[in-house]
Amino acid sequence: MDILLVEDSPGDIRLTVEAFRDANPAVHIIVVRDGTEAMAYLRQLGIYVLAPRPDLILLDLNMPKMDGREVLALIKADESLKLIPTVILTTSAEEADIVHSYKHHANCYLQKPVELQSFEDLVKSVNNFWLNQVRLPQQASV
Amino acid sequence: MRVAATEISSLDVLLVEDSAGDVRLAQEAFRASDKPIHLHVVGDGIEALSFLRHEGTHKNAPRPNLVLLDLNLPKMDGREFLAVVKSDASLNSIPMIILTASDAKEDVAYCYQHHANCFVRKPGQWSTFESVVKDMNKFWLFMVELP
Repeated sequence: MDILLVEDSPGDIRLTVEAFRDANPAVHIIVVRDGTEAMAYLRQLGIYVLAPRPDLILLDLNMPKMDGREVLALIKADESLKLIPTVILTTSAEEADIVHSYKHHANCYLQKPVELQSFEDLVKSVNNFWLNQVRLPQQASV
Repeated sequence: MRVAATEISSLDVLLVEDSAGDVRLAQEAFRASDKPIHLHVVGDGIEALSFLRHEGTHKNAPRPNLVLLDLNLPKMDGREFLAVVKSDASLNSIPMIILTASDAKEDVAYCYQHHANCFVRKPGQWSTFESVVKDMNKFWLFMVELP
């Protein structure tokens, strides 16, 4: 299972990677640090020519260069990429960000918890729900 | 108005399902949830649209926080209903969870293409059905920020 984590904060990257390692060692997390790099990865440009297509995308909203809102819009306007479930994971609890994300077809919106334990619980529940209960496009009826 | 999943007192969930047995199972599974949920049930896509658009007998219907949608329905089926809702600018922010017995690859791809928020397979057995609904509740009602 490949998850693309689009996140610029080194602390949050560390937390997310460690929490997934505890929740499900079969998950492979690929980290990119801004929106431009995320789109290069998804479009398999440059050094990403052999990059695997992720099963799930975790996307922060506030990032340098190209932010998460723009990345979301590009993913969901692309006939092929739009199938990849894209989960917003951000510190923002702004009403405008939540509504904007759903309107632009984010698959769900999660607020990053401040406390370590809650952060671990959140990652565990993403793993339980998205990776175990949900049918993802490429794993349908094998 | 924002409805934070963690702060909310009660939630409106619209279940679009024509099978009486599955409606019963969903009601029981939701009743077991720790959160007060108003589960509204409609049996086909036409009625579901009336509910969302406050038409006819659904004049006073609340805007649901979440929609659970079966695919195979009479009159207007779930695929068509999904496409209509997700291309309507006033309704497209409502999260739609596909809950169906179908496991067809084409259905899964179609639903994500038409912006279903996620696709969950309805399990055949009651014990599994209950645990799927419980996991779904735990995630969507307690972890996710709903619009």
